[in-house]
Amino acid sequence: MKLDSVPIRLERCAKTFPGAARPVLKPLDLDIAAGETVVLLGPSGCGKTTTLRLIAGLERPDAGGRVFFGAEDVSARPIEERQVGMVFQNYALFPHMNVRQNVAYGLSIRRLPPQQIARRVDELLALTRLDALAERQIAQLSGGQRQRVALARALAPQPRVLLLDEPLTALDAQLRESLRTEMNTLLRNLGVTTVYVTHDQAEAMALGDKIVVMSAGAIEQIGTPRDIYHQPANAVVASFIGTMNQLEGVWRDGALHCAGGRLIAAPGAQPRSRLWFRPEDVILTPSGGELHGVVESATFLGGHTRLSLSGVGAAPILVDAPGRTRYATGERIGFSLAAEVWHTPLPDTETTTC
Amino acid sequence: MNDLTLPRHWRAALLAPALTVFLAFWLLPMSRLAAISVSAGGAGYRALITNPRYLESLLSTVILSALVTAVALALALVAGLALVRHAFPGRRTLIAMLTLPLAFPGVVVGFMVIMLAGRQGLIGAISRELTGHNTVFAYSMAGLFLGYLYFSIPRVILTLMAAAEKLDPALEEAARSLGASPWRIQRDVVLPALRPALLAAGAMCFATAMGAFGTAFTLATEIDVLPMAIYSEFTLNANLVVAASLSLVLGAVTWLVLALAGLGGGGNVAAAA
Repeated sequence: MKLDSVPIRLERCAKTFPGAARPVLKPLDLDIAAGETVVLLGPSGCGKTTTLRLIAGLERPDAGGRVFFGAEDVSARPIEERQVGMVFQNYALFPHMNVRQNVAYGLSIRRLPPQQIARRVDELLALTRLDALAERQIAQLSGGQRQRVALARALAPQPRVLLLDEPLTALDAQLRESLRTEMNTLLRNLGVTTVYVTHDQAEAMALGDKIVVMSAGAIEQIGTPRDIYHQPANAVVASFIGTMNQLEGVWRDGALHCAGGRLIAAPGAQPRSRLWFRPEDVILTPSGGELHGVVESATFLGGHTRLSLSGVGAAPILVDAPGRTRYATGERIGFSLAAEVWHTPLPDTETTTC
Repeated sequence: MNDLTLPRHWRAALLAPALTVFLAFWLLPMSRLAAISVSAGGAGYRALITNPRYLESLLSTVILSALVTAVALALALVAGLALVRHAFPGRRTLIAMLTLPLAFPGVVVGFMVIMLAGRQGLIGAISRELTGHNTVFAYSMAGLFLGYLYFSIPRVILTLMAAAEKLDPALEEAARSLGASPWRIQRDVVLPALRPALLAAGAMCFATAMGAFGTAFTLATEIDVLPMAIYSEFTLNANLVVAASLSLVLGAVTWLVLALAGLGGGGNVAAAA
């Protein structure tokens, strides 16, 4: 099964709810290519769900904002006329209908012949592995099964755009991960333009062709998961995605001097007095090393051990140590940093991270 | 299920008050009523079958109550949904005003119907001005219908509003995303979700109308509803046997209608009333 998909374009879309002093969404431009999966990521209240509802047609943008599906301006069209599929956080399945009736609902609205509806529903139930549950009542289903029914129902009328509002948030961690993989495969096979809202960065990384990081009603950065992780545009993005260390010191003679030692700059690096790096950018060097720190705590996490090192900079440095080595608190260990850390676009000045 | 929390004699002691109340205020009067009704060799029930007046009043009571229930549900559904969904200035005041007539006894409601449609009523005055004919319907079935309706609507609206407030707005949004028109959403999503509340409110409304006395007492000079018939047999004719028979029949018929309505709706409506 393959769906026809359209690109989405938001132009100067802002949203102020009646009676609110400040807009929940500042004027925003966004381009989503046909067939692409874009994840809107951010903390609660950042405007990601409002953006999704603007695309859906459940909210209208403030005057001046426009929404395009392909070349068509859908700004004035309500959701009924936009041909979108939507999956809600609590699934919003019709409780008095069984699985089959739920999936068939959008098709019966379109007055398709019963045989065609049955065929299409069967196809979707197979696709979402719900064949055996077709006649079940919604109340008899588990959370994961409900989520799949919601997805099948949204896909049945062949939407131009699929919109998912935190579809996995209500599930437990293990189920979330397996459904995430399953959904990823499904979305790629269908090739439908998908907008996915989540506050879970792992979900965003796993599903998104592009991630749109939002905070306080504005877009902070748009990029591939790799861009967002390795080239965060600002401190807000850096701190929201994964763990980010900051090491400040004094730039002198092509090196950064700090309490933990002297770190020689990578060739071609600009003079810097502050470095931003991920725990995995740290290279532990048992014999010596450019920098030294004292193990403040060591937490064994299975695949790696998360170390917190003090005495390097102002804040403790978090390090992921691989392998079976045991670390004792108080132990002094040497390390250096991957050369790439000299090329992050983040500023030298101190930034309060949220 | 096994109650392991308290020893047996404690449980018995705690059940005693409830049991006493049940015996004193339900079983005892009911059995006494039943006993009176069958005394005199079942003459009470025979009178019920042979005297067409009783059957007529039973029939008119049932029809009136069913009509009141249907109209009250329809009006309250529209009004209740509007009150829940739309924020407008004065909404809270309006809801508060709705609950005010809850305290009125049937007599006051009857009095209000007379002021509206009685011999010196507002409608009569207007029609006299316009057509020269004094329109009076307070003492007919129409007056009783109006009074019962007025009495029922606040109760039904409040029940339906409580249910409508619990409706998940995402359900309607999901239906809209699938292309459903507002009418289809009402039919396919909202009404099925409100069905239990509609049944409960309808049952309450019907049972109340079947047994309503105050309004009937004020208005029913020309017509006979069953509670009035019971009253006149009991007080005016001192015919205890017939009064007791009528009472039991009134209860049984109400219960039967609710049970039949419940069959369609799933769940015991009589219990919900």
